[in-house]
Amino acid sequence: MTRIESTFETLKAQNKKALIPYVMAGDPSPNSFVDLLHGLVKHGADMIEVGLPFSDPMADGPTVALAGERALAGGTSTHQALAMVKKFREQDSSTPIILMGYLNPIEIIGYEAFIALCHESGVDGVLVVDLPPAESGNFVERLAAHDINKIFLLSPTTLPERRKQVMTHCGGYIYYVSLKGVTGSASLDTQAVGEQVQAIKQETNLPICVGFGIRDGQSAAAIGQYADGVIVGSELVKNFSGLSHTSRAEDIATAQANIMTKMDELRQALDALSA
Amino acid sequence: MNNFENVPHNDQTDDTTVDYNQYPDASGHFGIHGGRFVSETLMAALEELETLYYQVKQDPAFWQEYHNDLVNYVGRPTPLYHAKRLSDEIGGAQIYFKREDLNHTGAHKVNNTIGQALLAKMSGKKRIIAETGAGQHGVATATIAARLGLECIIYMGADDVERQKMNVYRMRLLGAKVVAVESGSRTLKDAMNEAMRDWVTNVDTTYYIIGTVAGPHPYPLLVRDFQAIIGKEARLQHLEKTGKLPDALVACVGGGSNAIGLFYEFLNDTDVKMYGVEATGDGIETGRHSAPLAAGRVGVLHGNRTYLMADDDGQILETHSISAGLDYPGVGPEHSFLKDVKRVEYVGCTDKEALHGFHEVTRKEGIIPALESSHAVAYALQLAKTMSPEQSIIVNMSGRGDKDLHSVMKAEGIEL
Repeated sequence: MTRIESTFETLKAQNKKALIPYVMAGDPSPNSFVDLLHGLVKHGADMIEVGLPFSDPMADGPTVALAGERALAGGTSTHQALAMVKKFREQDSSTPIILMGYLNPIEIIGYEAFIALCHESGVDGVLVVDLPPAESGNFVERLAAHDINKIFLLSPTTLPERRKQVMTHCGGYIYYVSLKGVTGSASLDTQAVGEQVQAIKQETNLPICVGFGIRDGQSAAAIGQYADGVIVGSELVKNFSGLSHTSRAEDIATAQANIMTKMDELRQALDALSA
Repeated sequence: MNNFENVPHNDQTDDTTVDYNQYPDASGHFGIHGGRFVSETLMAALEELETLYYQVKQDPAFWQEYHNDLVNYVGRPTPLYHAKRLSDEIGGAQIYFKREDLNHTGAHKVNNTIGQALLAKMSGKKRIIAETGAGQHGVATATIAARLGLECIIYMGADDVERQKMNVYRMRLLGAKVVAVESGSRTLKDAMNEAMRDWVTNVDTTYYIIGTVAGPHPYPLLVRDFQAIIGKEARLQHLEKTGKLPDALVACVGGGSNAIGLFYEFLNDTDVKMYGVEATGDGIETGRHSAPLAAGRVGVLHGNRTYLMADDDGQILETHSISAGLDYPGVGPEHSFLKDVKRVEYVGCTDKEALHGFHEVTRKEGIIPALESSHAVAYALQLAKTMSPEQSIIVNMSGRGDKDLHSVMKAEGIEL
């Protein structure tokens, strides 16, 4: 059983919803990042999605795209991002880490080398935004050989037939994209998401987590009624806007504290559902 | 197909038995290149477009309408012009220009936008988006959108907006909204990222007209098919004028749509040599260039696997070319395939060489070529010298140079 699978089992037994924050590796500075991860766990994260910075993040809105630019400006490469995960793992052996990024850095590093790095660093899941099942060859199996889940996206535009097809490749959990658009978009239609999540649940035993457009306790709770977990990215990441790897440690600490306040709000809202 | 053990690089050998017309395969691949690497939200739209295109590909009525537009609106066929004075001066091969610069809107781009606008119309989508580098594809798209009464948004890198002011104004006159993209390197690749973001958000109402033979399947296929008119005409025209096929074809390659357009009809004519000319900017050795085929590596960007300019961490590198239309870190996947199987030889011209070509053609033939086309011209001038006067070269004059006068003046320190 992978760390993601066992985490969901525990949550289910406790009747709890997963809170999954997304942060960009190395944002705003490489030095502050591992502390940020530990902070997120302390403030209620059940798992963490760690963004791998990429120069051309086509599926991300401005908030996450700028986070990537900050991380790259601070020198965070894919190797360094994985080194940060490894450092986090030294003190936390239980919280699953899911990498979320784009294919090109993986393709250039080489699949085998990338998978080996993930394994060595204690990565539990990999989500590659622009790698659909049809192009992923035996990537899923080769990750699975190292107990790493490949996470795929389903979206409101995914037709039922394709949905079935995609789900045969999914592991860990299904990431349901709540809306058409990029990360951080507005206009979340909770009811439509609920219907979709319920339809997907008919066809799989995998947990379903919903991301894109969740910005506060209220929207997290609204989605949490239906889903097994919520993923919150832009709303957290935006606290780092205006900072960089050269910013004063105090300013970075203040931004991190604001993120933790948000995490507390989200955690409480989700826990209220199971109360 | 996708054995990740060894993503092969350019180690395939010359294979004269290849039938080039069978590419892309059913999954949109040209050898290891091409494919469909996009986020899930876009999958349904791409599958829908693929289904629609494979339907119309077999439908004579569709092609009839396309050709009517090309003849009556675009002004095709474009001439194949014998550049006699230039050829005589060189004393080598006879140089012919395929005059895509004479198309309505001033470049080959319109061939593709006419075709895709018909697809947009059939799909019932009322909103058109496009990305543009030099503005030629943007102008062609804005033109077609105006003609069909469709809403039109054009994404353009902020630096390109600056160096192509005249085309920006043309697009605005035509009723398009031009969005200056400030992110990344503020050039064509960033415009394409932003167009993709728009498309993801508005996928139900919006048709994305990609301007080159790149992007996710089926774009490289359908853009190529719409541009193939260039080579079809050129082949017939050359046969008519000389009774034989040309010895060589030369075209510039950014994304590569004008080059594929010229080459495609000749791919199975293995005696015809082909040269794709990339922009080597300040020179490959300086790193300031836009030549992924010469100095890139295989990777994935903008929905397809192809040669790219990327660093060891897979981050896309900034590019440079005096020509905004060639300033792109990738290339259409079919070109990557044609490089791997060695059917086309990919070469380069620097900014300086392109400027030389620009002036030569302007002064000797009275044709002001686009800076993109000037790269092809510059290479053809060198190539012709190595050939005999009985031989011939077709150069794709992909666009006219009016839009580039500002860039030329800046490069040469001229003020009016």
